[in-house]
Amino acid sequence: MNIHEYQAKELLENFGVATTRGQVASTPEEAEKIAAQLGNAELVVKAQVHAGGRGKGTFRNGFKGGVQVVKSAKEAREVAEKMLGQTLVTHQTGPAGRVVNKVLVAESADIAREIYFAILLDRATAAPLVVASTEGGVEIETVAAKSPEKIIREPIDPLGGLQPFQTRKLAGQLGFEHSQTKAATRLFDGLYRTFIGCDCSMVEINPLVVTKQNEVLALDAKFNFDDNALYRHPEIGAMRDTAEEDPREVEASKHGLNYIGLDGNIACLVNGAGLAMATMDIIKFYGGNPANFLDVGGSATEEQVTEAFKILIADKNVKAILVNIFGGIMKVDVIANGIISAAKTVHLSVPLVVRVEGTNVEKGKQLLKESGVTLITADDLGDAAKKAVAAAAAAGSQSQNPNSKEESTPK
Amino acid sequence: MSVLVDKNTRLLVQGITGSAGAFHTRQCAEYGTNVVAGVTPGKGGQMFDEKVPVFDTVWEAKQRTNCNVSMIFVPAAFAADSILEAVNADLDLVVCITEGIPVMDMMRVKAMMRGKRTRLIGPNCPGIITPGACKIGIMPGYIHKPGNVGVISRSGTLTYEAVWQLTTQGYGQSTCIGIGGDPIGGLSHLDCAKLFNDDPDTAAFILIGEIGGSAEEEAAAWIQANCKKPVAAFIAGMTAPPGRRMGHAGAIVSGGKGTATGKIEAMKAAGIAVAETPATIADTLIAQIKK
Repeated sequence: MNIHEYQAKELLENFGVATTRGQVASTPEEAEKIAAQLGNAELVVKAQVHAGGRGKGTFRNGFKGGVQVVKSAKEAREVAEKMLGQTLVTHQTGPAGRVVNKVLVAESADIAREIYFAILLDRATAAPLVVASTEGGVEIETVAAKSPEKIIREPIDPLGGLQPFQTRKLAGQLGFEHSQTKAATRLFDGLYRTFIGCDCSMVEINPLVVTKQNEVLALDAKFNFDDNALYRHPEIGAMRDTAEEDPREVEASKHGLNYIGLDGNIACLVNGAGLAMATMDIIKFYGGNPANFLDVGGSATEEQVTEAFKILIADKNVKAILVNIFGGIMKVDVIANGIISAAKTVHLSVPLVVRVEGTNVEKGKQLLKESGVTLITADDLGDAAKKAVAAAAAAGSQSQNPNSKEESTPK
Repeated sequence: MSVLVDKNTRLLVQGITGSAGAFHTRQCAEYGTNVVAGVTPGKGGQMFDEKVPVFDTVWEAKQRTNCNVSMIFVPAAFAADSILEAVNADLDLVVCITEGIPVMDMMRVKAMMRGKRTRLIGPNCPGIITPGACKIGIMPGYIHKPGNVGVISRSGTLTYEAVWQLTTQGYGQSTCIGIGGDPIGGLSHLDCAKLFNDDPDTAAFILIGEIGGSAEEEAAAWIQANCKKPVAAFIAGMTAPPGRRMGHAGAIVSGGKGTATGKIEAMKAAGIAVAETPATIADTLIAQIKK
């Protein structure tokens, strides 16, 4: 789950992490009011979308730049007017862009120095790890590749937490002056409490800045939350903005399905995450392209399978569907009934390849056979993948030839 | 002819009275597992299915039944505490099936388990089975067959796929261990590889991995230096987009690390035969055995 910049700012402030003063606005009038309250300082108006490259982005209305420096409250309102309700296209949004519903109006920091500072959960040591660098404001991967000696790593004891001496050590290593140490260590400590308090898998501050006025501020933050822990943070769950997500994934999550949209043309429906990934891989191996990752889980109901089919065929790129089920605790006959009921309620306009194995497989195959549903059966996973790739290729070549007879014949 | 669990295993089920716990306890008992006790706080004194005594605490269950392995079906919010309770009772092995445990909870569990003798499998795993002797988990028993191939995997159904390929080709299994798909868990691929290497009744083994982390690479390096038995591997997630969690909390490529390509290269460099597709996992191992 991703959150907006203004929400990240709120979270950090709750844990005493210093950020630039500012507030979020939904209307130009609000933007003007906030700007007036902030006073005469130079201000910045930032479009709130879940995508990087906002500063260099362009709005559909021709207005350039999703991050603007303004000098007055009136100017803040004018800029907000040009951003709100408009679609911003950046290199990360894709050509469709994202609609801007909120703007952040904040003080513009007078930057003297930029630092990178992140806390993440390190799998190898099963403990939190601080990763920091004096080279802030740029991609940390670039720093790691070009000058690995500039990356500082400070492991944290999982039971004891970040110790005061560690924050002083980090402040020293990151080149903070004595007059800034107190502010820096307080910020590091607040950041660690945010990391633990919000069940994050990562908090990244890039850049963490020292201003010309000698302040130490978190200027931009990126959060990764542990989805498994959201149940104990309803306030973070409430920050989810589904308008920023793939509508197919939003729909799937409503039905408890684990779906990730991709850009291929062979849809897959699989039980189990590992097998679902492996099914995508084998489609690719035989020259096809998976349209999605979909794990229906270990205890899917007939209704969930039907909903899954609806999501799969709503994707217009899909030219074939591959069902791969290895029934364990989930019985194959239950899945078969799900497929049959889905085929009856949802008009299946593309070829369906079915491979089933496991508990009650004979009963399941019998049900499918007697149902009259048009499908291609496969003996094993390799066979299924080959048949799905062939079916998608055949459907693809048909649709490229509008005069083809088969295409106009409804199935 | 196995590792970790066998005919002598005395199983305790934590969360035995819940619907999943009860269902799978019956399945395990039916397979032949010796289920000696259950624990559900507040339900001590009851009998499960008129034959398994239920206790309030693991400590009491251990005193009264001498159980040595636990299977956990406790809901995610309470599962970390259940693992620690089993560790505190000094059991040999804890198999945590529960899915969705917060990773911070597991981080603390792992730190608190240091120096203790109890081993952990999972969480978010299908469990462990020694075919014909002992099934602890949610895997369908009938796809397995006693034999001498070991299987280590992070995934459930993908493991069934590999096991089924082995069984249909006449190759039985010594023990199959599903280590789970979470970023922080108990036994790793490496720990299990060591167990299979030392087991006189395991002749060869399969290692199934997926994107995320570096556990597969660590196992590969150790195998290259120490293992003489034939090993085959499969890594899932070649087509997974970076930055997305592929179902399992641990299956994510981030910051360019944990890619399937990197893992496959590490495996190959260590002399491990890597299956090209999930349909040829058993074939790849059999070719190594026949070499």
